Amino acid sequence: MQVPRYWREQNERYNLVGSSCANCGFTMFPRRTLCPKCRHHSVGKLEDCAFSGRGAVETWTVVHQAPDSHALEAPYVLAIVKLDEGPRVTTQIVDIDPSTIEVGMPVAACFRKLGESGGAGVIHYGYKFGPVRD
Amino acid sequence: MVGIVSYGARIPRYRITTDEIARVWGKQELAMGRSLNVAEKSVPGPDEDTTTLSVEAARQAIARSPHAADTIGAIYVGSESHVYAVKPTATIVAAALGAPPFLTAADFEFACKAGTAAIQACMGMVGSGLVRTGIAIGADTSQGAPGDALEYSASAGAAAFQIGTDNVIAEIGHTISFTTDTPDFWRREGERYPTHAARFTGEPAYYRHTLSCGAALLEKAGTQPADYDFAVFHQPNGKFPTRAASKLGFEPKQCETGLLAPRIGNTYSGAVLLGLCAVLDIARPGARIFVTGYGSGAGSDAFDITVTEQISTYQRSAPTVEDLIDDRVVIDYATYAKYRGKIVTAEVAP
Amino acid sequence: MRPVYAVGIGITKFGELWERSLRELITEAGLAAVADAGIAGEDIESMYVASQSAGRLLGQEQLGVLALDEAGLADTHIPATRVEAGDASGAAALRTAYLSVASGAHAISVAGGVEKMTDVLEDEVATAFTSNSDMEWEGFFGATLPALFAMMARAHGSEFGTTREQLSAVTAKNHGHGARNPGAAYRFPIAAAKVAQSPIVADPLRVLDCAAAVDGAAAVVLANDEVAARLDGPKVRIASTAQGSDTLALHERESLTRLESTTIAASAAFERAGISADEVQVAEVHDVFTIAEILALEALTLFKPGEAAGATEKGLTTYEGKVVVNPSGGLKARGHALGATGLAQACEIVEQLRNAAGDRQVDNAATGLTHAMAGTGGTSIVHVFRAEGGGR
Repeated sequence: MQVPRYWREQNERYNLVGSSCANCGFTMFPRRTLCPKCRHHSVGKLEDCAFSGRGAVETWTVVHQAPDSHALEAPYVLAIVKLDEGPRVTTQIVDIDPSTIEVGMPVAACFRKLGESGGAGVIHYGYKFGPVRD
Repeated sequence: MVGIVSYGARIPRYRITTDEIARVWGKQELAMGRSLNVAEKSVPGPDEDTTTLSVEAARQAIARSPHAADTIGAIYVGSESHVYAVKPTATIVAAALGAPPFLTAADFEFACKAGTAAIQACMGMVGSGLVRTGIAIGADTSQGAPGDALEYSASAGAAAFQIGTDNVIAEIGHTISFTTDTPDFWRREGERYPTHAARFTGEPAYYRHTLSCGAALLEKAGTQPADYDFAVFHQPNGKFPTRAASKLGFEPKQCETGLLAPRIGNTYSGAVLLGLCAVLDIARPGARIFVTGYGSGAGSDAFDITVTEQISTYQRSAPTVEDLIDDRVVIDYATYAKYRGKIVTAEVAP
Repeated sequence: MRPVYAVGIGITKFGELWERSLRELITEAGLAAVADAGIAGEDIESMYVASQSAGRLLGQEQLGVLALDEAGLADTHIPATRVEAGDASGAAALRTAYLSVASGAHAISVAGGVEKMTDVLEDEVATAFTSNSDMEWEGFFGATLPALFAMMARAHGSEFGTTREQLSAVTAKNHGHGARNPGAAYRFPIAAAKVAQSPIVADPLRVLDCAAAVDGAAAVVLANDEVAARLDGPKVRIASTAQGSDTLALHERESLTRLESTTIAASAAFERAGISADEVQVAEVHDVFTIAEILALEALTLFKPGEAAGATEKGLTTYEGKVVVNPSGGLKARGHALGATGLAQACEIVEQLRNAAGDRQVDNAATGLTHAMAGTGGTSIVHVFRAEGGGR
């Protein structure tokens, strides 16, 4: 059970907080300590940046053979979503009929249980993506 | 003026019908759905729980509120299905809202009235000036023992209210509570399912507290049932609230909007709060709302609420409670049992 | 840089080897390679051992030392190091051994790879595959390696029209080849039509689109030109080694349909070897999934983008075609023993270039290539092999 490791990333998983480089403007998710575009010029210039949670589906699959940890959810949709602000995430798509998913479909982040470290362990929460509701 | 400045709701999409539950337990002939006046109930998916429902409801409240998360000084989550026995749901909600750490938080438990108790606590914190706004959440993913009467109605849902003194959309003019030590329904630490005392949950429990408290609220507020546009009661099924309303002198029409149990079951700590959200979704300025909750153990909290002019400028954006109720996917008992962890599975190595 | 020769190869049977332990397997492969080379164990100056999962599945680190010790060579006190690059670990060990010889640091170096996947249960095996992706930002959110490649397959289908039948053709071809490989785990043909009927894993990939994890070990002895000249047998030179990297997570890549790390590695490998892609006659590529072979062939520039699938369907990647791809049966028919795979590929190419591949022999094979990849393409390693004069 790696409690501190997953705790450190809570703000990223709960609130899609990534980084924005004050030197070159590049935005990234998850947070980084070094901008991949301008590297050493970015030292000390990376700021937290909360993404809106809006994005579009770039590609997806329906996972039928899932790891034991995801047995209850299988089959589930896994997708790469491009956030409106630019970065991409690998995430599950929920509350949408898989047969209706199309490339470019707009989706919005929601808050779901991602897993747990066993029945007596910490529960991990974070983003999945679903239909835009408003 | 202390009252509601914003609200939000979340009901999971899955539904199971009372007919389907009856089919599995050989009770098709007993017309369970009709006798309870519950046609189907909401079921949380495998990645949903009291925490996720609380967060989604609270996020909707903050998204449409004039008071951002940094005004929150208190967060209370009331539930009887908190995901941890020790470690509060409220702190996860706080983190997921991006609320700054200088706030107070705690989880409440009082069967189905933990949410209304949270509202009262926020009223105190806000009214005394200790905090600027407080978040009160009632949320549950309640379980009924397989085959038990409660299995037909125990469902899942959450509602969140932001309580404050500025830009109030619904003023809470009066609140009163009635509390006794009455063991009508309980769950011991470590037990998977609750136990109830059957017919003892009626007269000495639900009705005694709802009616005593409701009558006391009318007296304190100096009102008659006819003065209210809407009445919301705790709804363990679709029958009890109708009977209580009638006994207090309310008409069925006043109770319609806030009675959700027939379509989503009993969302426990979320029930009265969701009923109130449904009313606020359509209420006009000046509307008066009578709310009396009930929690086993036992107690009732009642509120006399008046909708203000401010509601005209408040964005009651989608999804509304009706939108959430209509967004439904019906599942069978096997899927329901799988999602609710009622099937004994092999131990998974961590 | 000194010329480097592959002077000895050794490979165990691949498959579910319940009776054989990790120690036995690596020793068998190493012993065979040393005997094949005609050198003595004491001649070895360094050893690089690959096992992607011995650490995580069996809890065993310091694999280099374990292999050295099991070979009875602990008292030579030579450097023995485990090399890890996901499921390209075997090729990474080969590359490291190559560089140690090419640099002049060592005259003789051995690269070995071993995997015991069957000592643990399926779920742990699947997690071992997933560990080649970004565990925190892909695996943690429900991604599996097949799911990631499935998304690449969908994107490739959208961009180039790659069909279900074309993916199936990859499996059919590889199983046709594997049926002639006595060391392969799965030595039976599979009709293309059967692939789409097999159980679904992650849409559109089915069980028969996916290489299975098996046990196995392989080893290659590398030597410089001076040593090679003293030894018998046909000379196979490793003309070049190249390695390319890319982002760890698939979602960070520039493109979902182009394996940039492979393209970079291939370009450097061809240039250093002084050849063009057209000269490659036989290749062992990383067909961890059918779509992976398609993507690899395009990234290696053996076929143009969008054309590898059609080429496979038309038989251009088998005997009598343009280039024979995966004559051993590939990861699919031989079985994928993660860390050993890259070296098993090398063993096959060496056999081909020695003209010793029996009924798998590619006619007049003189230039061959191995391509190994980790995860969805975070690492790609390409080696070019050339046969030189002389015979056995």
